[in-house]
Amino acid sequence: MSGSASAPRYLGARIPRNEDARLLTGRALFVDDVQLDGMLHAAFFRSEYAHGRVRSVDVERARRRPGVVAIYTAADLGDYWQPGPLLVPPPPIPGLVFHACTQVPLARDKVRHVGEPIALVVAESRYVAEDALADIAVDIEPLPAVVDLEAAMRPGAPKVHEHLVSNLAAHVVQRKGEYDAARERADLVIRRRFRYDRGVAAAIENRAVVARWDARAEEMTVWDTTQAPIPIRNGIAARLGLLESQVRVIAPFVGGGFGPKIMMHYPEEVLIPWAAMRLGRPVKWAEDRHENFFATTQERGQVHDAELAVTKDGRIVGVRDVFLHDSGAYDPYGLTVPINSQCTLLGPYNVPHYDTEFTAVFTNKPIVTPVRGAGRQHGVFVMERLLDLAARELKIDRLEIRRRNYLTRDSFPHEHHILFQDSAPLVYDSGDYAPALEEAARLIDYDRFVREEQPRLRAAGRHVGIGVVSYIEGTGIGPYEGARVTIEPSGEVRVATGVGTQGQGHFTAFAQVVAEVLTVRVERIHVVTGDTREFHWGTGTFASRGAVVAGTACHAAATAVRKKIFEVAARVLEVEPDALELVDGKVRVRADGREMELGALAARSNPLRGAVRPGTEPGLEATAYYGPDRGNTASGVHAMILEVDPETAMVDIQRYAVVHDCGRLINPMLVEGQIQGGVAHGIGNAFYEQLIWDDNGQLQNASLMDYLLPTATEVPRVEMSHRETPSPLNPIGLKGVGEAGCIPTGAVFAQALEDALADHQVEILEIPLSPNRLFELLSKTKPVRHNLVVVEDSYVFRIPRPIVWEALQDPAVLVRALPGGMRLERRSETSFDGLMKVGVGPVTAAEFTVSVTLLDLEPPSRFGMVVDGRSGLGFTRGTARVVLEDGPDGTVMRYRAEVQVGGKIAGVGQRVLDTAAKFMTRQGLELMHRELTARQRGSTG
Amino acid sequence: MKPAPFEYHRPETVDEALALLVKGGTEAKALAGGQSLIPAMNFRLARPAILVDLNGIADLAYVHESAEGLHIGAMTRQRVAERDPLVARLAPLLREALPHVAHAQIRNRGTIGGSIAHADPAAELPAVMLALGARYRARGTGGARELPADGFFTSLFRTALAPDELLVGIVVPPPPPRAGSAFVEVARRHGDYALAGVAARVTLDEAGRCRDARIALLGVGEGPVLAARAAKALTGSPPTPDRIRDAANVAAAKDVDPPGDIHASSAFRRHLTGVLTRRALTTAFARAAPASSPAA
Amino acid sequence: MSQSIPIQVTVNGRRHERAVEPRLLLSDFLRQDLALTGTHVGCEHGVCGACTILLDGEAVRACLMFAVQADGRAVTTVEGLTTGDALHPLQQAFHDVHALQCGFCTPGILMTLVPFLRENPAPDERAIREALAGNLCRCTGYQNIVEAVRHAAATRR
Repeated sequence: MSGSASAPRYLGARIPRNEDARLLTGRALFVDDVQLDGMLHAAFFRSEYAHGRVRSVDVERARRRPGVVAIYTAADLGDYWQPGPLLVPPPPIPGLVFHACTQVPLARDKVRHVGEPIALVVAESRYVAEDALADIAVDIEPLPAVVDLEAAMRPGAPKVHEHLVSNLAAHVVQRKGEYDAARERADLVIRRRFRYDRGVAAAIENRAVVARWDARAEEMTVWDTTQAPIPIRNGIAARLGLLESQVRVIAPFVGGGFGPKIMMHYPEEVLIPWAAMRLGRPVKWAEDRHENFFATTQERGQVHDAELAVTKDGRIVGVRDVFLHDSGAYDPYGLTVPINSQCTLLGPYNVPHYDTEFTAVFTNKPIVTPVRGAGRQHGVFVMERLLDLAARELKIDRLEIRRRNYLTRDSFPHEHHILFQDSAPLVYDSGDYAPALEEAARLIDYDRFVREEQPRLRAAGRHVGIGVVSYIEGTGIGPYEGARVTIEPSGEVRVATGVGTQGQGHFTAFAQVVAEVLTVRVERIHVVTGDTREFHWGTGTFASRGAVVAGTACHAAATAVRKKIFEVAARVLEVEPDALELVDGKVRVRADGREMELGALAARSNPLRGAVRPGTEPGLEATAYYGPDRGNTASGVHAMILEVDPETAMVDIQRYAVVHDCGRLINPMLVEGQIQGGVAHGIGNAFYEQLIWDDNGQLQNASLMDYLLPTATEVPRVEMSHRETPSPLNPIGLKGVGEAGCIPTGAVFAQALEDALADHQVEILEIPLSPNRLFELLSKTKPVRHNLVVVEDSYVFRIPRPIVWEALQDPAVLVRALPGGMRLERRSETSFDGLMKVGVGPVTAAEFTVSVTLLDLEPPSRFGMVVDGRSGLGFTRGTARVVLEDGPDGTVMRYRAEVQVGGKIAGVGQRVLDTAAKFMTRQGLELMHRELTARQRGSTG
Repeated sequence: MKPAPFEYHRPETVDEALALLVKGGTEAKALAGGQSLIPAMNFRLARPAILVDLNGIADLAYVHESAEGLHIGAMTRQRVAERDPLVARLAPLLREALPHVAHAQIRNRGTIGGSIAHADPAAELPAVMLALGARYRARGTGGARELPADGFFTSLFRTALAPDELLVGIVVPPPPPRAGSAFVEVARRHGDYALAGVAARVTLDEAGRCRDARIALLGVGEGPVLAARAAKALTGSPPTPDRIRDAANVAAAKDVDPPGDIHASSAFRRHLTGVLTRRALTTAFARAAPASSPAA
Repeated sequence: MSQSIPIQVTVNGRRHERAVEPRLLLSDFLRQDLALTGTHVGCEHGVCGACTILLDGEAVRACLMFAVQADGRAVTTVEGLTTGDALHPLQQAFHDVHALQCGFCTPGILMTLVPFLRENPAPDERAIREALAGNLCRCTGYQNIVEAVRHAAATRR
């Protein structure tokens, strides 16, 4: 039997997407669009503290608020309260240490990061649910926060998890060859410390969960913005004690995934179905953008100490890399991210000796799980930067040092003798690296730029630079996916698979795979993904595996249907199966041209009588699975030209070129889209996006005002070229592409920037950068960490010093100095309790309950003061040192105050905190001065 | 991120609005374009108990010209001003700055008066008005008054308007002869609040010397900062590149004590103040020179 | 108890009368009260642009307006761009050049671009990019969106 002999028509074609019409007209269903009769709305009370002991949780007042239906704390969950699953157990690496600490649905004894949920409010509307959050009183005893990775590992550091001996979450060593011995033979060893910092995935759709329990049907339906509906279904069923078949999880259209929407079993995913079942009403939780900065997982914090040993002609002898990896407060996703960093560092190069070691560290920050790139960019950054530094030292062209080290076309499969994240040995399946470099150089006009344009522009005082880097990406890992292909009597084809889809174009890509096999037009192929009722075997969309693994399963299922078509048609048309061919969605007898529509054949294969003969099944339908032993290795080269204005530290990316190889292309248009989006994400990581924490674990940019996603004016046009080195591991030759665009972007940006600033001799060893950081590098000034607000100034009281001193111990006067001080009462000789009402600009004055403690009193000269304030907007802690001296005009007060803030004001208000603190301090002192002067007049007059 | 409850009023006259605001006292807040207030309310940082929506007051949206100069009603949408030929002719500095105010969708709703009365230290319009020497028309329960250009922006988010007063309009005096202006800012992304920015308006005397320079800095103080020392360093001298550079250095060193935040340290903002002042002055003087167009 | 204010809004040519709490955001009113869920919510602080709609023909953020403020006004949402089965030329261009991936930001981007193209029938790339700068997209890198605007502009000429 054989099919049409014609060339592929659908595979590799630029076919516009099947899913577009629904999305473009606003008809596509996203989770937050689900509206059900009687639906309730949830909101979570979340910790304002990064680290603290929960002393009490009082929800009584909130319970009484009209419109509130239920409130749950950890105490209300009973047996349902249990730590979440370890999602990805670590690979069997000898000597590996791993401490699994997974998150709990609601914090009970301790909070470990800002935003950790403490109570769940269910109300008639989200508005009312948020009103009720303000009624909840949670008393937390703050503990010192673990923020910095190196500090976290010092002896005596506060511990995120008390039952462990330290903050060490994992320790992994992998070795290839004999690095120490090989190093002795090297001509040059380059050694540096590299940093890569955290960002958020920032899908434009936040997470959401809607759950409905149908008590009559005994069926739970959950709409979830997950990348992995099947594992979520299985987890919910197990937790609720239901059969898996009683739970249906639907991931409808999902507004971007980028990693954190993986099968996390987030507290919200665990609690919303439970609440819906308990309350007998549907419940919706839609994460808001502020929550997203804490409640959704993040990635990228690592510090590498790495060295590269090379010969004098630039050949790699070996690499040693020792790094710290930020796990955040819990590590449910195992070691995927740091192992990706380890494995991806090797790149497309021949690295005979490799020592790699990492320590994963618990910190009081949100949980780290893969975000687009998933640790790979760290490895690429370290390796590419080391090569750049070596090239400069050895006076070898940057392209040339890469050429000299690429694995050659004949070295595949290439065995690296270490384990990858999927527990399989790291083996590159196929690749062809050197030609991609030449093509990228051609695309970006490397030679002309370096020889003509750059010297000309430099002579005119311009700072332009070029960068070219290579990378590989392990993609398409197991365990497996499946698909079912059905030809309906109408002739329309239905394809169901278990992966979720978040914009990758699966509805079209999978249709193309099936179309190629069945010769049915793509628009007649209807793909459904992410609904466990449609297909309930599989894992999910992650690790650039959807197209490879589910796509191959679709191919297998379509191939089985094709076989069935020929069998049934042979019977109907009374010929041998191999006399038939498929042409344009019809099965045809090659010899005489008799043909049948596939729809008609489908109808014939399911008649009311006699459909199933022994050994056959009804219908033109088949289900198939694909489970690769290991993943395949995509690769590429990125090149960039940028210009810097060294005066303003602003950067303009002028050109960006990508040569990419993800094996056989299903749809080049979709692949280009994935790369363009990835590059934009990578540019965000490189120069715009950074989560900035203070020493107390407070995020200082918890909004899209201050967390800067690149917009259309920051992202350049990407010029692109494809190469297709097929993977030998699957019948089509596919490799994954979802993450590729953002993996080498930091490295190419750093190289180009360094090149542009050659006359300033800066070394770029960290990502993200920012204009501010660049200014520090250019001006060789010490980095200023924006951490605490510091107010340092002096004030002159035209009043004698002893009177000022007395007044400062008098709550009736001291209250004036507190911003918005309403009252202050003595609690002891040196401590006071009171109330401040503080607002600034648009921020409505909020009541802060305050406690003031005076310390280190040296009358009448100096003292210290600690002011703690708590309100619904967050908390503040001011620590001041005050010195009083006699001056020519009266008493001079010199003060230095450090102000910490936490909660919402920390995350949203940082832009004006510095100014506000200075302003309020000055205003307070003026008010106090006035009060004192009035008193003096009163006593003397 | 849903706002807390509030009582809503939509008066149709300024007097009605004033009566409501006075009655509401500190609990009441006026709502103009809402593009700063409503985000703050969605975060529940702003929780006014009473919201007095000024969008129902028809006669506060206007742009016209008189002998006094350019008149802009407080409730004029920023986008309307941006498109108005009178603004382009009589206040090219304002025209140049407006596209830097957030994005078109925000300017379609945001008002000129709202931005000025909000007095955000990093906002463009307060600095522009300061550079242009604009006057502010207010209505209060006690009647109407006009507030002078200098001294209007008093501190962080504060103006000289009394609690029972509403800003109803702005008057930009006609451009003097031989005037030139320029607006420059450095923002992380297009439309973001600037790390630092300069709105400058200079005038030359007949001999081509600097007669007057109004250099308003944004993003580097409690409000827009008039760089008086830098202006003094220029006045009476021909605006040579060296002079301009010196004045810019004075602005950075003497006229500002910038705050730091996560996007820019105090030192970086000070540095930017110098760079941007130099650039703004260079452009403004070039535009003021008789050879070029007589734009102000 | 909370205030309830009667309003009358014309949305996509249809008049709706409702009574709303003053604090109800226009975005929530459209999505929940009128079930026009094509207007998406991504940040509720006016940065992402996903909720962009037309108010009397001008693009505004639906999350930065209260529903009461739309009283007596005309609102157009993404659902109002199409009449019948045919896509709006801009929607068609988005489809043709793959200018959307997850599609979540797309309605807001379309509603930003419709008045932009009305005012700038033949924009250059820089103008297109500046017009787009108030809308965040995490999937596309904006390149094909820029391309789609060019296509749509060319088709209209």
